[in-house]
Amino acid sequence: MPGDRVTIAHGGGGTRMQELLRETIFPLLGEEILLDAEDAACLDLPPGRVALTTDSFVVKPLFFPGGDIGKLSVCGTVNDLAMVGAKPLYLTLGLILEEGLEFETLEKVLGSIAAWARAAGVRVVAGDTKVVERGMADGMYVNTAGVGVIPAGRSITIAGAEPGDVLIVNGFVGDHGIAVLKNREGFNFELDLESDCAPLSGLMEEMLGAGTVHALRDPTRGGLAAALKEMATASGLAFELVEEDIPVREGVRAICEMLGLEPLFVANEGKLLAAVPEADAAGVIEAMRRDPLGRDARTVGRVVEGKKGRVRLRTSLGSERLLRMPSGEQLPRIC
Amino acid sequence: MCLAVPAEVIEILDNDLVTIDVGGAKSRINVSLVDGVSVGDFVLVHAGFAIEKVDETEARKTMELFEQLEQLAGLDEVP
Amino acid sequence: MKYLDEFRNPGAVKGLTEKIGELPGSFTFMEVCGTHTMAISRAGLRPLIAPSVNLISGPGCPVCVTADSDMDRAIAVAHMPGVVLATFGDMMKVPGSDGSLADGAAKGAQVRVVYSPLEALDLARDNKSKDVVFLGVGFETTAPTVAATLLRARDENLTNFYVLSFHKLVPPALRALVSLDDFNVDGFILPGHVSAIIGSKAYAFVAEEFGVPCVVTGFESADILQAVYRLMKMREEGPAVETEYSRAVHPEGNLKALAAMEQVFEPVDAEWRGLFVIPQSGLALREEFGDFDAGTWGVELPEPKRDKGCRCGEILCGRIRPTECQFFAGACTPETPVGPCMVSSEGTCASYYLYCQEEE
Repeated sequence: MPGDRVTIAHGGGGTRMQELLRETIFPLLGEEILLDAEDAACLDLPPGRVALTTDSFVVKPLFFPGGDIGKLSVCGTVNDLAMVGAKPLYLTLGLILEEGLEFETLEKVLGSIAAWARAAGVRVVAGDTKVVERGMADGMYVNTAGVGVIPAGRSITIAGAEPGDVLIVNGFVGDHGIAVLKNREGFNFELDLESDCAPLSGLMEEMLGAGTVHALRDPTRGGLAAALKEMATASGLAFELVEEDIPVREGVRAICEMLGLEPLFVANEGKLLAAVPEADAAGVIEAMRRDPLGRDARTVGRVVEGKKGRVRLRTSLGSERLLRMPSGEQLPRIC
Repeated sequence: MCLAVPAEVIEILDNDLVTIDVGGAKSRINVSLVDGVSVGDFVLVHAGFAIEKVDETEARKTMELFEQLEQLAGLDEVP
Repeated sequence: MKYLDEFRNPGAVKGLTEKIGELPGSFTFMEVCGTHTMAISRAGLRPLIAPSVNLISGPGCPVCVTADSDMDRAIAVAHMPGVVLATFGDMMKVPGSDGSLADGAAKGAQVRVVYSPLEALDLARDNKSKDVVFLGVGFETTAPTVAATLLRARDENLTNFYVLSFHKLVPPALRALVSLDDFNVDGFILPGHVSAIIGSKAYAFVAEEFGVPCVVTGFESADILQAVYRLMKMREEGPAVETEYSRAVHPEGNLKALAAMEQVFEPVDAEWRGLFVIPQSGLALREEFGDFDAGTWGVELPEPKRDKGCRCGEILCGRIRPTECQFFAGACTPETPVGPCMVSSEGTCASYYLYCQEEE
């Protein structure tokens, strides 16, 4: 009912909680298995190695241009599975709700989770709900765990890059962090910009259909820079990038200039970094560009023999600088 | 801390405020530290304030100097 | 972006690098401003002009030169009941004697990061039950903006807005630097935006009294290299103060901004990390603004920090490079800083660490 709010009793395990589950949460998620109310979901998995991942989401504000905490919680976990080449199958959903949270907000988030789970081809099969006192959880915190299966013969690992590989990204970096930031209370910037939050498993499959992919990483917090450093360090190789080739939208660049932020450190939620053998690069990029999530895919650099983990950027001036792991939070609470 | 970015003034508001545009991002900033700001002017923005107008004549002079240097560099290039 | 991209002209940079390479002699120049240090590091300029030109970084990072006792005062104020301390983001991780502002926030101090002092004013208006204290750190680029904000607070009769001023002035610091016995640079790259406020004439004494060439320049690569080239030429031509950044800097500066600054603040002696106390180099609120001055509040300060051997002071005078400090990239990193040069977004050590130094 409009105006209704979450109360402590809703998390108490008693009748109020059962009401919440049966009248709001289960119907909105639309998963029959939830109605069985078993302690655990018993599932069949297709053959292949099992991939398992989890993430918690504390984004503030809950709704931002291009998404909300619900969409984030589905895509974030689906993408972690996609980065190891797993077909995502099932999600769990853990909700920590603040006493006083409006039902309308909760319903919107659940609707978003359901819609994006459907879009990503995953089923929310288990979950948990807790309610904490007013003043905690900033509205709500969400956790999702995801299970997927890796088809036989597929091996994508963060350490998989090989010398000579081409480094590819699927589009503009820095959109998510800036989209969330500009919607913060008191923040005085207007820009036509949406979060890039999106499920990438479809794009991943298209890439694998077009060629070999040695390594994948989705650059979330810490931005593209963190993903590059992690991939280079894990592979024991060095990366050489061309700064001009890394796509950043002008408005994102402008806000970063004004705030003294480095666009390569700003979070993404719908991007991937791939290391692909040179022979396959053109084909993989072409396949990516046929997908809306890969329309702006391009090469940004190469993998070379060199000092382990070094990531070097050639600037448009012909000079070079190193990319380090960004330290701490550039922009807090954007994931 | 000396971070200031050139931005175009696109709208004069009241209360010493104007709307600026830099690279498509718009923001409201205070112009009480600079006289005679009009729409179309460029100002340097620091911490939510305009701290100076960009002198477009001088800017052009500097740009021309750099364009000359660019041409010199080009001439030196071994084909 | 207009009036930015044109000054990043790669062709001009190439042309300038060649001209610099053709000049005889070797030179050491100091870039005073932290924003210049960051711009130089990010653009990878030092290797382009080596070996004939050596660039060392100076004390122009207002966060880095904030004294320990001042940091402690800010943290103590943040802990006061009913106080919300509004600050620029850089100050959050600077270590005081007993943790940083960020540590204080974790222990319950109310701290808010703002981009502009005007946001602190909004905070005060929207939270009448709180005392909002704006932590004023920065040079002459920032001080007028804080002055204007305070004047507005006074006009609106706000009774819950305060300023804790640790603002500092650049010309007195330059005088102190250039007077040091062992100070030996061939020229100064002077800060473009401080100069937009104070004007290029403010530096005349550096060339006239001390014979050191100066160029006031902007922050794009071509601006900086043009300044380097002109500084080199002044070895034969004689020392002077030149302005490369004429699109923003006039000899007299921005009189309106200076007037606001002078109306609200008066110069006082101030302690600069690494340069000790420099006479008349800090800004304090004038007596008539006493009601807004959080600097006069009585607070309990912790035991002063035992010297951990931090060498930020030597970095700030250009005596050593970050790589020559034994803590650099080992005990001292942006996550675990020993001193402020590593945490400020414009700290010399932070820019070297981020852009120039390869990890072991």
